[in-house]
Amino acid sequence: MSRPLGPATREAYGQELLALGRERPEIVVLDGDLSKSTMTKHFAEAFPERFFNAGIAEADMVGLAAGLARWGKLPFVSSFAAFLMSKAFDQMRISVAYAGLPVKFVGSHGGISLGEDGVSQMSVEDVALARALPGFAVFVPADAEETRRAVRAAADWPGPAFVRVGRPKAPVVYEGGCPFQPGRALRIREGRDVTLAANGLMLAAALDAADRLASEGVSARVLDLCSVKPLDEDEVVRAARETGAIVVAEEHLLAGGLGSAVAMAVAAEEPVPMAFVGLADTFAESGRPEELMQKYGLTAERIAAEARRLLRRRARA
Amino acid sequence: MPASPELPAVGPASALGARTGVDLARTADRLRLLALEMIAKAGSGHPGGSFSAAEIVAALFFRVMRHDPKRPEWPARDRFILSKGHAAPILYAALAEAGYIERGELDTLRRVGSRLQGHPSVRDLPYVEASTGSLGQGLSVAAGLALGARMDGADVRVFALLGDGECQEGQVWEAAMFAAHHRLSNLVAIVDRNAFQLDGPTEAIVALEPLAAKWRAFGWDVVEVDGHDAEAVAAALDVPRPDGRRAARPRAVVARTVKGRGVSFMEGQNEFHGRAPTPEELERARAEIVARLGEAGVRRA
Repeated sequence: MSRPLGPATREAYGQELLALGRERPEIVVLDGDLSKSTMTKHFAEAFPERFFNAGIAEADMVGLAAGLARWGKLPFVSSFAAFLMSKAFDQMRISVAYAGLPVKFVGSHGGISLGEDGVSQMSVEDVALARALPGFAVFVPADAEETRRAVRAAADWPGPAFVRVGRPKAPVVYEGGCPFQPGRALRIREGRDVTLAANGLMLAAALDAADRLASEGVSARVLDLCSVKPLDEDEVVRAARETGAIVVAEEHLLAGGLGSAVAMAVAAEEPVPMAFVGLADTFAESGRPEELMQKYGLTAERIAAEARRLLRRRARA
Repeated sequence: MPASPELPAVGPASALGARTGVDLARTADRLRLLALEMIAKAGSGHPGGSFSAAEIVAALFFRVMRHDPKRPEWPARDRFILSKGHAAPILYAALAEAGYIERGELDTLRRVGSRLQGHPSVRDLPYVEASTGSLGQGLSVAAGLALGARMDGADVRVFALLGDGECQEGQVWEAAMFAAHHRLSNLVAIVDRNAFQLDGPTEAIVALEPLAAKWRAFGWDVVEVDGHDAEAVAAALDVPRPDGRRAARPRAVVARTVKGRGVSFMEGQNEFHGRAPTPEELERARAEIVARLGEAGVRRA
């Protein structure tokens, strides 16, 4: 049932940034000594005069980007998501968000699927941190095609934006193009009995879970919530009303991420039973990506199991 | 321009800088007076670090920087970032004195709905380039501006005023390394070396000395100056405009100052780092400054 693997979302980012660089001369790129991993190297090779390696100094890098944006450039800033959001959070808060400057952050190696390098390199709180910054848009694309759209949307977004991309090859979700827009959920599978809402690598897992549930006679709707912020509250509430149960899945801590965002919208407008697939209050560890996803419960099996649990609960009610 | 008729014309007479006729020492005292009164009115704020920077800000706004209060977003303006954002009152005083904002607006400092936030906000005020107050961030933003200016071949200089205690922040030295590496000769960092931070003397908390040597070791062209000699400060700040040479270095001006300078009972008294004067202290402080300026030179609009 699994989908074929496509390019890593970080590779799609690197290619789209290069394309944007050709179209928009105001784009400048900063990287914190990880350009070969974040894939800003493609831009750096094509436009060396518009690329600045800030060295291993994330706080300064974000401040430099704020100054370049105030000057009139359109800066893209990249590092591992962990180092970008955690090390330079205060600079994003004051130099960028409070100043209202259109600096675009693309954090790679999001989640635990970067694998062997382990906990210090993993970012499982980046979405929560980025969501907490006023004016920030937050996108977590699922595959290469959606990444291209999300990176372009980030460039066009009037304020600051954070896009999370990943290290491993990503299962292909969108074969014939992706209609991603900020603030729009994408209903990529119709269903009546339960909704599976996800983004990033967990979107392909949610589709697989829907296949499993279908073989058991359960009709699962699947929502792509790449746009964590702004969130498509109307579509989320519609899913609650029409399917009566929601499972949210994310490669992130449960605290403050996509699940929290969806739960707020649902609780305020259309309370229904919900379940959350993500990392509990824990750090992960080194290991092969697929083994880690298994061990920490970031799988189609787990999403399907949570959906069944919600349906049993509803049947008892 | 809201300048009142009885005030001497100390605002920029033209957009083109080099206003050699301005009496910077008197201007600095006028800025002190405005800062004192706005802090007293607000009931809170930071007089100590505002007063230590009075001559520096006066030299920048009324001698060194090219800017035009009628065109706050003039692309060719020199840029200023108050990285030590808690000295906002002395910046707001300069903005009013130059004509960017109405003098009456100074009475709204720290009030709900005011543009005069407790620390400067770029979204709210003209001729402000960065939101500051979380110490350590301003020099990086200034370096970004200087880099952008150089990329576009713009004849623009960027000035960042830092506190000395602020130099305990690691980000300052990240920015210092980057600016030196990229030879940002259109960038000037000024350190208001008043020797105190909130909890006490810098040298007792985490020593900064030898501070000039640190900047020199980071690759900067360092000038040490008496920060209350406004003419000397102006000379130190007036770096050559960018001329395309890549060999030059960014300049650091270490300005030796006295916290609370200009009011006898505030000088070197760190309790005035972050508290407003009482009504009685306000009158005594005001009397001292007025005695230097003469009553005619200080009447409010």
